[in-house]
Amino acid sequence: MERWSMVALVLMVSFIVRWAVSLNPYSGAGKPPMYGDYEAQRHWQEITFNLPIDEWYFNTSNNDLEYWGLDYPPFTAYHSLLCAYVAELIDPEWIALFTSQGYESPEHKLFMRATVVVADITIYVPAILYYMHLCEGPWATKVSFLLCALLYPGLILIDHGHFQYNCISLGLTLWGVLGLLNDRVFLGSVAFCMALNYKQMELYHALPFFCYLFGSCLRNLKNGGLKQLIKIILVVLISFACCWLPFLTSFEQSLQVIRRIFPVDRGLFEDKVGNVWCSLSVIVKVKEILSQQTQLWLSFAATLLTILPTCVKLTFDPTIKGFKFALINCSLAFFLFSFHVHEKSILLAAMPVLLILHELPFMATWFLLVSTFSMLPLLLKDGLLLPYICTSLAFLLVTTKLLSAFEKVSVEDLQLQRWSTYIPQLPRVAKSAFRLSVIAMATLSLISVALNPPPQLPHLFPVLVSLFSCIHFLMFLMYFNILHLWEPVVQRQLWKLK
Amino acid sequence: MAVSKMWSWFLPLVFGVTLLKCLLIPAYYSTDFEVHRNWMAITYSLPMSKWYYEETSRWRLDYPPFFAWLEYYLSYYAQFFDEEMLVVQNLNYTSNATVLFQRLSVITTDMVFIFGVISCCKNIKRTKESKEILEKPDFILAVLLLCNFGILIIDHIHFQYNGFLFGLLFLSIVKMFKGRPVDSAVLFTVLMNFKHIFIYVAPAYGIYLLRSYCFAENKQDGSIQWRSFNFLRFNVLACIVCAVFAVSFGPFIVMGQLPQVLARLFPFKRGLSHAYWAPNFWAQYNAADKVLPVIGMKLQLLAPANISNASMTGGLVQKYKHTILPSVSPLTTLVCTLLSITPALCNIWLKPRGPRGFLQCLILCALGSFMFGWHVHEKAILIAILPLSLLAVENRNDAGTYLILATTGHLSLFPLVFTV
Repeated sequence: MERWSMVALVLMVSFIVRWAVSLNPYSGAGKPPMYGDYEAQRHWQEITFNLPIDEWYFNTSNNDLEYWGLDYPPFTAYHSLLCAYVAELIDPEWIALFTSQGYESPEHKLFMRATVVVADITIYVPAILYYMHLCEGPWATKVSFLLCALLYPGLILIDHGHFQYNCISLGLTLWGVLGLLNDRVFLGSVAFCMALNYKQMELYHALPFFCYLFGSCLRNLKNGGLKQLIKIILVVLISFACCWLPFLTSFEQSLQVIRRIFPVDRGLFEDKVGNVWCSLSVIVKVKEILSQQTQLWLSFAATLLTILPTCVKLTFDPTIKGFKFALINCSLAFFLFSFHVHEKSILLAAMPVLLILHELPFMATWFLLVSTFSMLPLLLKDGLLLPYICTSLAFLLVTTKLLSAFEKVSVEDLQLQRWSTYIPQLPRVAKSAFRLSVIAMATLSLISVALNPPPQLPHLFPVLVSLFSCIHFLMFLMYFNILHLWEPVVQRQLWKLK
Repeated sequence: MAVSKMWSWFLPLVFGVTLLKCLLIPAYYSTDFEVHRNWMAITYSLPMSKWYYEETSRWRLDYPPFFAWLEYYLSYYAQFFDEEMLVVQNLNYTSNATVLFQRLSVITTDMVFIFGVISCCKNIKRTKESKEILEKPDFILAVLLLCNFGILIIDHIHFQYNGFLFGLLFLSIVKMFKGRPVDSAVLFTVLMNFKHIFIYVAPAYGIYLLRSYCFAENKQDGSIQWRSFNFLRFNVLACIVCAVFAVSFGPFIVMGQLPQVLARLFPFKRGLSHAYWAPNFWAQYNAADKVLPVIGMKLQLLAPANISNASMTGGLVQKYKHTILPSVSPLTTLVCTLLSITPALCNIWLKPRGPRGFLQCLILCALGSFMFGWHVHEKAILIAILPLSLLAVENRNDAGTYLILATTGHLSLFPLVFTV
C-alpha cells in the first residue's frame, strides 16, 4: 500500500477517535454555579472579547477574578480572543458579558469541541507527523509509532473529553524539540517560548531546553558558541517581549500577570494527585506539620535535588537522546516533588515519553498507561469512564500488536546492559510486573466505579489510585535517570563551521 | 497454516473495531432507537396474539416474526438493565441504562456478522501468496467488511441491527460457494423471516437453485438438460423453505392473524419514496416532477391553477399524486424491477457460472430492486455494497465498480446522521 495512504488512514482513525471522545460530557457539564474548565475557557473568551486588554488580569467590576479569572500567560488570552471572534460570528450570545455565564447548549459544545480539534490538527498532529518523518527505521515501524502516539489516551481524554488545550502547549514544545533536532535552534527556541507563554507549566520543560542549548554552546565555545548563546538569549527575550508587549506598558500590569500565573499562596497539593507529597500525607500529614514557608522550601529542595543529576549530565553531554531523557526526568521530577501540582500535569511528562515510544516500547507503553490511570478520579468525575476504558484498551492493543511492546523486554531492548548482572531474569521479572500492574489498574478502575468506599474513608479509591501511580512514577523516574546518566559520552562537534 | 495466521491479525482487528463501536455509544441515535425499544416492550409485555395489533406507539411492529422473537430474547436481558424500558406506555424512554443496553445489544449481535466475515475470508481464492499483510485479499476483505462505513453509521449511530442480518447473508452465500445449496436456502429463508427487505435478492436464489440444484445435470455445451429435473431435490428444497415459513408465520396463521401481519409487513400505503429519498430512479422521477412545473410556468406552457403542491420530503410518509408526470403504482414499480433484473436472471438460467455467477446475480437483483422498488430506504444500498466487497477483492474490474458504488452509496447515507 502507498506509504502516505497509510499515514492518511492513521490520521483519519485518530481524528475519529478524538471526535468520538468529544461526544462525551465535558468538565463541569450541567453543574452550576462554578461548572468547570469548559466554562473557564468560555469565560476567558467573554473577558478577552468584551474588555480592554489592560483589564484582563485585574479584578474589576466587569471582571470577577474569583469566577475563573485568567491565570495563564498572555498567549492563552490571545487564543481565547481569536476563538471569541469566531464565536461572535456564529452566536454572540455565547460570549455576551455577564449574561453568558454558565451558557450551555449543544451548538456551543460543538463549537468549543471544534476549537480543540482545530488546535490539535494545526499544531500537535503536524508536530508528531514531522517527528515521525525525522525518525529513523523501517516505514512500518514509523507508521505504527504514529498510530500509537496519536492514540495516547491521556491527551485525548483531557483535551477532547475534560476540555483543555494541552495540545497547543505540548504541540509548541514538540515543535521546539523538532527545531533542536533539526539544528534550527532559533525556530525551536521561539516555538518553546510560545509554549511557555501559553501555559506556565511548560517551565517543567524549560531546564532541559536551557541545559541542552547552554551545553551545546559550551561545547562549541571555539566555534562561535558564545555568539550562539547570546543570539539564543536575544531571540528568547524578543519572543517574550513580543508576547508580553501589551502588558509591558506599566510595571503594575506585568506584576499582576505574574501574580495571576504564579499563585504562591496555594497549598502543597490539592485533591488527590499521584505525587510524593500527597502520597506521604497518607502516613504523615505534611500539610499540617509544616508551615507554608517550610513546605515551599522542602518542595523546592526536593525538586532541585532530583533534577540536578540529569541537568548536569545534559549540560556536559548535550545529545538529542539525552535531551529527550532530560525532558522526561525533569517533568517527572517536577510532577512528583513540586508545589501545587495538578494531576493533569502528568501530560507534561507523557509527551516526551511519547517521543521514545518506538525506541523503548515496553517502558513507554507502561508509563503511558499508568499516566492515564493516574487521572482516573478526574475522568470519573467528568463521566468519561467509557472513553477511558475504550481508549486505554485500544492503546494497549496497538502498542502490543504493532510495536511489539510486550515482547521487547530483553536487556538490550530496555537498554540496561550494564545492570544485567544485578537484575537476574530481567525479561521475566519485567513481564510479570507489567502484567500485575495492568491487572491492578483494571481492578482499581473497576472497584472505583462499582463499589462504594467505606464511610470512614470516603477518599479511599482516589488515594489508592494516587499511591499506585506515585510508586510507579518513582520507579520510572529512577529508570529514565539511570538510562540518561549512564549513557556513554560522545565527543563530537554539534554544528558545522560556518 | 493460513487459517491460524489469520487469527493473528483478525482478532486484534475485531477487537479494535469493537472498541470503536463502544466509543460510539454516546453518539446520536435516530427514531429507530425508539422503534426497537418499543418492539422489545411489546414482545416482553404483551402476549403473542397482540404483537401485530399493538398501536400505542406510532412505531408499530412491521418486521417478520423471527425479528419479533429476537426482540423478545433481548428483552429478557433488558430487564436487568432498566425495567422501565419494557413498559409499552413509556414512549421515548431513553435512560442511560436503556441506551447502554441497546447499543451493547447491537455490538453483541454483530458476533454473527463477524462469524460471517470469517467464513468469507476463509473462502477467498488465494491467487498469489503475499507476505505483506496489507496485500492479502483476506485481510483487505476483513477490513472492508468489518470497518464498513455504512454498517458503522447505520447500526452503531443511527441504530439498527443490520450487522447481524448481513452475517446471515454472508453465511448463506458462503454455503452456496461450498456447494451446500440446501443449507444456503435455509439460511436465506431464515434471513427473510428476520427482515423481509431481503426479498430483493430472492429471485437470484430462486432461479439459481432451480437451475443449478433442481436440474442436476447440464448438456455438453452447458445449457439446460430438461430431463435431469430432480423431483426429490425440488421437494426437499420446497419442504425446507415451507417449514421455515411455517415456524415463523405458523402461530399467526393458526390465530388467523396472517392478513394483519402481511399488511404490517407490506404497507403499500406508505408512498413511492421514503421520507428521505433513496437515490433511486423514482427520486429522479419525483425531482423531474417538481422541476417540470417550474419550467412549464416559466415557458408559459402551464397555468398555475392546474398545479397542486405535493410535499414528499417533509420527513413523513404519505401517499400523494405527482403533479405533471403520471402517478406510479406499486404494480408499476414491480414491473420495472422485474424488467431490470430479468437480464441477470436469464443469464444464470441459460449459462450458470456457478456460485460466482450467483453472487453477481444477487448483487444485480439488489441494485435493480433498489433502483425501481416501492418505498425503498436508502439503507438498502448496503445489500448491494456488502456482497460486492466479496467480488472486489478477487477481480480488478469489480474492485473498480466497488470503489464507485461504495463511495456514492455511503455518501447517500449521510442524511441519516444529520447531526454530530
